Amino acid sequence: MAHLTTTPVLEPAQDRTMILNMGPQHPSTHGVLRLMLEIDGETVVRIMPDIGYLHTGIEKTCEAKFYQQVVPLTDRIDYLCPMTNNLCYALAVEKLLGLEIPPKAQWLRVLLNELTRINSHLVWLGTHAMDIGALTVFLYCFREREDILRLFEAVSGQRMMTSYFRIGGVALEPPLDFFDRVRVFANRFPAKVDEYENLLTGNPIWVMRTKGVARITAEDAIALGASGPTLRGSGVDIDLRRDMPYSGYENFKFKVPVAQEGDVFARYICRVQELRESIAIVQQALDGMPQGPIKANAPKVVLPDREKMKTQMEALIYHFKIITEGFAVPAGEVYQAVESPRGEMGYYVVSDGTAKPYRVHMRSACLANLQLLPKMCEGRLIADVVAAIGSIDIVLGEIDR
Amino acid sequence: MAVAPPITDLEQLKEHPAIIRLRGWNVAAVVGAKFDREEMSIFIERSSIREACAVLRDDPRCPFNFLSDVTCVDWYPSEPRFEVVYHLLSISQKERVRLKVRLGNDSPALESVTSVWPSANYFEREVFDLFGIRFTGHPYLRRIQMPETWEGHPLRKDYPVEGYR
Repeated sequence: MAHLTTTPVLEPAQDRTMILNMGPQHPSTHGVLRLMLEIDGETVVRIMPDIGYLHTGIEKTCEAKFYQQVVPLTDRIDYLCPMTNNLCYALAVEKLLGLEIPPKAQWLRVLLNELTRINSHLVWLGTHAMDIGALTVFLYCFREREDILRLFEAVSGQRMMTSYFRIGGVALEPPLDFFDRVRVFANRFPAKVDEYENLLTGNPIWVMRTKGVARITAEDAIALGASGPTLRGSGVDIDLRRDMPYSGYENFKFKVPVAQEGDVFARYICRVQELRESIAIVQQALDGMPQGPIKANAPKVVLPDREKMKTQMEALIYHFKIITEGFAVPAGEVYQAVESPRGEMGYYVVSDGTAKPYRVHMRSACLANLQLLPKMCEGRLIADVVAAIGSIDIVLGEIDR
Repeated sequence: MAVAPPITDLEQLKEHPAIIRLRGWNVAAVVGAKFDREEMSIFIERSSIREACAVLRDDPRCPFNFLSDVTCVDWYPSEPRFEVVYHLLSISQKERVRLKVRLGNDSPALESVTSVWPSANYFEREVFDLFGIRFTGHPYLRRIQMPETWEGHPLRKDYPVEGYR
């Protein structure tokens, strides 16, 4: 069974140290992350992450699919923020095609994207707090997450793998009472954030477990490729939504929370403030939601409405052609980055002029953020490793792809 | 749905900050450039990629100090077969640039940029794992996604989608 010994082995450097294996099946590694810790008593001397347990070859699969068939694959990369991945891929292909997206579709995308961010941050907050021992927060967070998942279900028919954003717009008109339901949620949510903060921010145990723990400087964070709240927690003020706007984010006013300390607490503060900013963006999107079509006027790319398909010959032909042959995308390449809940999510799509992408590469924010872990934890206690993993908010589906 | 044709003439693109900086350092390092869909790609001579990255990172006017991504495209069966692609971001100037190095099929290798950005570590390991491109000077060049004992490099175009049976 020699071929089953798949992973590298870390040898202890000194006599007094030993190797402790953590994961891949471990409740606080947030999936199938395996860490090899070289420890000296309770102190971590070295960390070596070992990934790849969830590698599914999505990038290879994409090359065998039509452009529109890749959308459901993008959900499955990062199962906590499916809409962000849908959006990033759709934007990349739309840029290749040179498609104009109608304003209502853009605003809907922003609205759902921010709900996704809240959804993802709630899972992060719940599990991160649970890792450190605050069990209550988990139940509180999942209570609100359930509301968001119901909204997703209303709009797309799915709770998690939504595939709601399509190339050229969104799949369907949202149901009639959808915006009212979002508004009810948006009005209720800020008080809930206060609730989480009451449980954690001033809690002496929480503060002792997070303040000054797993510190990383801005220089190190940039050099190691960190992005998103992990980078902003170290005092680097960059947010792609504000600095390189996409999908109409330039129409929204929001603050970008930045903290200077670079520790677990700073990253916690950044993300919790982002919850408040995201719900403010949702409110703005609801207030200013434009009227009009939800799909681009490009019959060769965008599937026709069901009703038209049943009554108009031309629409039926286009429908048939798109489903059976796909649509050709002009040759070229595009790197589209969006601010996902975890950082810079990028799609690099290369087209050779056919109906299937020549190459789709996903720049995973988690993969880069994971590289910070050794720098954060070496020389600290094992218990701090758990806090550090929680604070960089990794999703293994996105790391391994 | 009209997309403007790409500009590939280096003379027309010499105003771009990254090209100014690179040509000021070494004219021979820049072998070509392409401006397509508002994105800048610069083709770098194979042996100068590490230094070119360091030069761009330390540019005082527009420092491309953040390495977003390293990946690769396999243009099998045409030659040169591989294109290693680097996406750089300037955090202060909000500017992106894409660097490309072309590599032939014959034991593809180039210099690692881990000494410029430690973040290249995992990205280059992934390219090594899935495309079989060797990065000289990389501190720990081993497979990252596939098992250690895996044969072949799955993202190469001559590797079947279903794998070898």
